[in-house]
Amino acid sequence: MSEQQFRQAIESGVPDAFPYMHPLMAKNYGQWDWHDRPRPGVLHHVAKNGDEIWTVRAGTQRQMDTGTIRKLCAIADEYAEGHVRFTIRSNIEFMVSSAAQVDPLVAKLEQEGFPVGGTGNSVSMISHTQGFLHCDIPATDASGVVKSLMDELYDEFVNERMPNRVRISTSCCQINCGGQADISVNVQHTKPPKIRHDLVAGVCERPAVVARCPVAAIRPALVNGQPTLEVDERKCICCGACFPPCPPMQINDPEHSKLAIWIGGKNSNARSRPSFQKLVAAGLPNNPPRWPEVSALVKKILRVYQEDARDWERLGEWVERIGWPRFFELTGLPFTRFHVDTWTGARYTFNHSTHIRF
Amino acid sequence: MAKKHETPNLDQLESGPWPSFVTGLKRLAERSDMIGDVLGQLEHSYQTRKGYWKGGTLTVRGYGGGVIPRFSEVADQFPDAAEFHTLRIMPAPGMHYNTDILRKLCDVWDEHGSGLLALHGQSGDMMFQGARSEQVQPAFDAINELGFDLGGAGPSVRTSMSCVGSARCEHSCYSEANAHRKVMNSFVDDLHRPSLPYKFKFKFSGCPNDCMNSIQRADMAVIGTWRDDIQVKQDEVRKFVQERGRHEVIDNVITRCPTRCITLKDDDTIEIDNRNCVRCMHCINVMTKALSPGQDRGATILVGGKRTLKIGDLFGTVIVPFMKLDTEEDLDRLVALGESIIDFWAENGLEHERCGEMIDRIGLANFLEGIGLDVDPSMIVHPRTSSYIRTDKWDEEAEKWRARQAEGAA
Repeated sequence: MSEQQFRQAIESGVPDAFPYMHPLMAKNYGQWDWHDRPRPGVLHHVAKNGDEIWTVRAGTQRQMDTGTIRKLCAIADEYAEGHVRFTIRSNIEFMVSSAAQVDPLVAKLEQEGFPVGGTGNSVSMISHTQGFLHCDIPATDASGVVKSLMDELYDEFVNERMPNRVRISTSCCQINCGGQADISVNVQHTKPPKIRHDLVAGVCERPAVVARCPVAAIRPALVNGQPTLEVDERKCICCGACFPPCPPMQINDPEHSKLAIWIGGKNSNARSRPSFQKLVAAGLPNNPPRWPEVSALVKKILRVYQEDARDWERLGEWVERIGWPRFFELTGLPFTRFHVDTWTGARYTFNHSTHIRF
Repeated sequence: MAKKHETPNLDQLESGPWPSFVTGLKRLAERSDMIGDVLGQLEHSYQTRKGYWKGGTLTVRGYGGGVIPRFSEVADQFPDAAEFHTLRIMPAPGMHYNTDILRKLCDVWDEHGSGLLALHGQSGDMMFQGARSEQVQPAFDAINELGFDLGGAGPSVRTSMSCVGSARCEHSCYSEANAHRKVMNSFVDDLHRPSLPYKFKFKFSGCPNDCMNSIQRADMAVIGTWRDDIQVKQDEVRKFVQERGRHEVIDNVITRCPTRCITLKDDDTIEIDNRNCVRCMHCINVMTKALSPGQDRGATILVGGKRTLKIGDLFGTVIVPFMKLDTEEDLDRLVALGESIIDFWAENGLEHERCGEMIDRIGLANFLEGIGLDVDPSMIVHPRTSSYIRTDKWDEEAEKWRARQAEGAA
């Protein structure tokens, strides 16, 4: 039997960035001196030798058809200098070597429906997960949530009028691929998994599933003489971690998946140490196609932050200064027993002082 | 030809000022049966509030990961969406492209896939979304010919990310692009052939602003910093004070310093107590023209950051307060550090246990001993508070500290 000749993969790993970089960036690599922002969405960097480069940042839908990418390429060729880069939040950046090119580029992007902004103290594009479009364990969509929220927050993307930058993320399950953020919109399951006992033995490696549970709520069991798993529903935190290794433990539930809002995550070391986000609201309905209850609450939190925070305070730093009782007062959100942490280290989150604002 | 599905929910996502992914999908559906049925399934998800993809096993010849397989659970209703796999492809560090390469990548995807591309996924990959099983290999071959390679998936080293850094940012404290590429390309085997306890992520940020969010999302975070004094251009400081006023400078720069180490003087210059500066970046972020990081630059290495599953969110923990990253030898040391961490974790981590969770379980001091690093007070916020500790070999350990101090002073 003749063997077909297969192509051997070239394990080239990460490609070299320099051939793709704008020539001015490659030339002045490591030699930049200072920058300013002439207007929202535009950065101006000056190198030590006096070279200057202007960057125009625009929002995209992240999930793009090749037609959209080709359109962005055409804009880059005609109005910029044929080079682009993307940010961690799926914004696209066009680089030009003269100030005169900025306005026509901005106008063209806006004409083609790509909002220019996302710089400085704005609300940038939302950190994006996959959701219904491609994920195997999503309780909601991601692209649709992001599109709906960005439609509502458009003015905050194209302006820089927040006290500091605002980073938002979304996650369609409690694994939270969207990550830590100033405001994080996360799906919260509220019911333990429903188990298809007839399928477990055939599909799941039971010890691996038992080991996966963060609260040791899963144990081996026999149902109708068949080996399966059972869940102690009083212990279960409905996180869904058992579902990927054992799909018969169905966690997705159209009725009981709710959205929750967390605030105050910060990865930068600027001023305060990095911080994790904290739960502020739960039980919001998973309401496609536009999730209006979520948008309304995110906008309310942003408005209160904008009015009350001092310059350069990130959302979490602002709450740290004014205190959590005031946050719940200003936003009108209910404070419940669920806000009191019960996880490892919970006691370090309690108030061990008489520092109280009245 | 896939039948056109009614999409009343998705149609509503075509209005509004933000660019709509639905419009792009519809454009693709005119020529791709797969996307036609994917749109139908997505609408079905919107109506029933449930996801309908399941995973599987799929890769390219010679590799073990890098492809995210998706099979539809409702393929009877949406047959052309029965297979909808994603290829994760690693971009260049800093996500730089010229239009020529972007178009070539689009050409490949129009020929071998659905034409739907996410720039970029949360892990930093280009996500080529929408290939049938038999399309995966030819799509990969064509992309590979263009100089790109599959990223990570499963229990492996994962695709990395680095900030724009030295390419355009004056805060950059090392060559992020070089460090990113050098480190990642030292681990291509662990990237392509998943055989670790769980995922392992490197991320590279050029300064403590940590634009790559490495401290919360990377098992090994390389964050630029400096050891000497902040560089101050006093004439620019004076100009800044004159333009903005003392009030604003005091409120927004001086009193925002976390260690109160900046003083505004009567002649509108500033004095910085650099011994107490913790390199937070705030004053430099605000006074971009007057202030910059020092000249003795390098990076701090933190290990163990991750998100919730399973023991809760963890920050990276400092294990190397400062290392230079200027020369090839410096980068070799960074790679060797990564190797020793991954080796120790591969040996000692439990299944599905991230590196940070292992450190939590065995203790930081034991981990450091395991990878051959000495303890340092910069690794902690404060010493232990629990008195339940045996200190049998105190004198021996104290002597190690004294010996290191003497070595450092010599």
